[in-house]
Amino acid sequence: MALVPLAFLTLFFAWPVVAIIGLGVRVQLFDTLTSADTWSLVGFTLGQAAASTVVAIVAGMPLAFLLARCRLPGRGLIQAIVLVPFVLPTVVVGLAFRGLMPGGGVWSIVLANAFFNVAVVARTVSGLWASIDRRAEDAARALGATRLRAFTSVTLPALTPAIGSAAAVVFLFCSTSFGVVLILGGAEYRTLETEIYLRTVQLFDLPGAAALSILQLAAVVTALVIGAVARKRRQAALKLSGSKETARRPVGGEWVVVGVAYGVIALLLTPIVHLISQSSLAGFRALSSTGHDNSLEVTGFRAALNSMGTATDATVIALILGVLSSVALTRLGKTAEFVDVAMMLPLGVSAVTVGFGYLITLDALPGDLRTSPLLVPLAQAIVVTPLIIRILLPVLRSIDERLRQAAGTLGASPWRVWLEVDVPLAARSLVTAAAFGYVVALGEFGATSFLARPDAPTLPIAIGRLISRPGELNNQMAYAACTLLVVVTVAVAVLIERFRTTVEEF
Amino acid sequence: MRIRDLTVRFGQFTAVDGVSLDIGDGEVVALLGPSGCGKSTLLRAVAGLEPQVDGTIRWGEHDLTSVPVHKRGIGLVFQDGQLFPHRDVAGNVRFGLRMHKINDPHRVDELLDLVGLSGYQHRKVTELSGGEQQRVALARALAPQPRLLLLDEPLSALDRALREQLALDLARLLRKAGTSALVVTHDHDEAFTLADRVALMRQGRVVQTGTADEVWRYPVDEQAAAFLGCGLILDARISDGVATTDLGEIALPWAPDGEHRIGLRPNALVVDPDGPIEGEVSGRVHRRDHVRLLVKLEHREVDAVASITDAPQPGEPVRLRLDPDGCALVAPRECSAGF
Repeated sequence: MALVPLAFLTLFFAWPVVAIIGLGVRVQLFDTLTSADTWSLVGFTLGQAAASTVVAIVAGMPLAFLLARCRLPGRGLIQAIVLVPFVLPTVVVGLAFRGLMPGGGVWSIVLANAFFNVAVVARTVSGLWASIDRRAEDAARALGATRLRAFTSVTLPALTPAIGSAAAVVFLFCSTSFGVVLILGGAEYRTLETEIYLRTVQLFDLPGAAALSILQLAAVVTALVIGAVARKRRQAALKLSGSKETARRPVGGEWVVVGVAYGVIALLLTPIVHLISQSSLAGFRALSSTGHDNSLEVTGFRAALNSMGTATDATVIALILGVLSSVALTRLGKTAEFVDVAMMLPLGVSAVTVGFGYLITLDALPGDLRTSPLLVPLAQAIVVTPLIIRILLPVLRSIDERLRQAAGTLGASPWRVWLEVDVPLAARSLVTAAAFGYVVALGEFGATSFLARPDAPTLPIAIGRLISRPGELNNQMAYAACTLLVVVTVAVAVLIERFRTTVEEF
Repeated sequence: MRIRDLTVRFGQFTAVDGVSLDIGDGEVVALLGPSGCGKSTLLRAVAGLEPQVDGTIRWGEHDLTSVPVHKRGIGLVFQDGQLFPHRDVAGNVRFGLRMHKINDPHRVDELLDLVGLSGYQHRKVTELSGGEQQRVALARALAPQPRLLLLDEPLSALDRALREQLALDLARLLRKAGTSALVVTHDHDEAFTLADRVALMRQGRVVQTGTADEVWRYPVDEQAAAFLGCGLILDARISDGVATTDLGEIALPWAPDGEHRIGLRPNALVVDPDGPIEGEVSGRVHRRDHVRLLVKLEHREVDAVASITDAPQPGEPVRLRLDPDGCALVAPRECSAGF
């Protein structure tokens, strides 16, 4: 069962990536590695990622407290609001921050990256926080610790695995962030990711781009390993805790933290509200056109339809791969670890690298895939599958093996056990996974920008093109298109929250 | 059900070591032993859930050894129920019937009646108490009329008062359903309440089988005696039903003559102002219906019991007498070597 996803992964992920490595090593890896430009690129990439990670953690912790420990009205709504930025298309966020901070610069990049990832911190940490027994804190308080002291000496150490794992994932996302850096950084602030894109698309320097991709890969693998270690420790920590309800009404100084959390929520809403307020009726009307001076080859609505079709195809492919992998991973013994890490790789390897890799390899396959309408969905599926696995796998793993055995002793064959136990118990998270996958595919920008043909752009690609061309009409169209994407994203986020299950990991 | 030379290994570790055990029609057998002795593993092997198994499991003429779990027709009740959380009570009980394509609309109601949960058909299993969940688990396991019912510490997840009540209920239910059953437990009271026969297990082996009374009165060796509550073992010479020990004489009319060892449970030494044994109280614990004392004698410290009203305080002198109720006859050394 693991063979299908692994074969797919090899063909549509490993091969393109290896081809890039080959290209880079052969031609000019050494030159690139010794150039000062390269190292200032690496420095900026890691620096902005580190800064974004710190901001995301500082902003995410009060939210995690609010979600895990406070029983206050509107909790479901808050969860949905926190989730929205994570699934917003990067171009949308880029445009929103460009509107809010017209000066741009490093801070707009850092804040935009942090904006995406506050949800990762809040959800990962609150998941552990909610399952930590409150009585350890009570014991510290009874021994004379202040509320703050009890937090720093008891709760914070217990949360460290979750914070570490969240930080690793956020750092990874931020260092491979593409859309926002491209839009907000322009030519001045470049990361490895945007540089790879610029060298490929504008300078046609494929070997140089390939050499940078190798650097990128090395950084990503390092971050993944750190993340895997942290996740292991977190799973071990989770085993120790009960499932008692630990939320209650905040008291005393906790209200300050709650206030800060609401402040963070307000800040998270600001870019979204700004974006919607900028959109105009004229913009929506203009979506039926091809923009100022035919900036697009198709109308805005055509691009929206393309997006929906592509995202649907990608979601279906990713669901098949994700379900097969997750089921295989719960059944496999020792090889599971290997398959798990293999299937997670695309989460970290930049989408730009994947898209670029497709360009240089897929013409070797029969039936020229490079012009096939399936090309973009295939690339998006590679990006989406790891997310689906991360949602499904913990749910399948949390099903007590003895529940399956009970079904077995009652006369259910292994296949029937799967149908009667696994499927119904994982159904809710399957809906979540599908919704998540759909919305991420819908907003995917990195790989798609390489692969989408000019006569069949997706909506994010169309937006990217519109804002890179002059004309007020183009601007209005871009805002209108972004608003459309925001509406879809919010709707999906609400759907995800409705079907939320207790176990989940990013 | 005949189990012969059953062996289960995990790598180098032998969890179950050549166990042979028979379970008669309608008989309830308890596997009693300390935790980690392999009793649950043995149970899982019988159910077909442990793959690395040597030996044979036969049901009458059928060899079940290589039959997969779902075709063995052996029911299993876990320690903590393991009910299907996405089905209601009736859905859980009906599960086995559906798997066996049995279409009997009254069977579910019948079983819920049997376990005393009539009217619970549409309740969510997640809203039931622990005791109710175990009853549903029992009804679910009984529904497809298994050849043999396996119960893995069925009551140990419940609190004490409930456990005692449910043990009595369970004993009655198993008799009423007429199913053969194998119950794993580490609690003697539970084993003796439920079972017709008890198999004592230690380090992967069955060291003794017999009726509750046999096992209780004639533990097969010192370790078995200690597990069954005998804190003190004395050499004794028995003649004409009277045992002579260095704590005095005691009447054991059921014991055969000869040189023996006698195991004393705490209730073998009772506080009595006219008793022959003198000592001093060094510890005192209040139990539910008696007081447990630690008494210092001339050469050793022993457990003893007193009634709640006249229990002496620590430091006070006390007199004890031997009570035959608390005595067990430990099998002679040369006999125990055979097991």
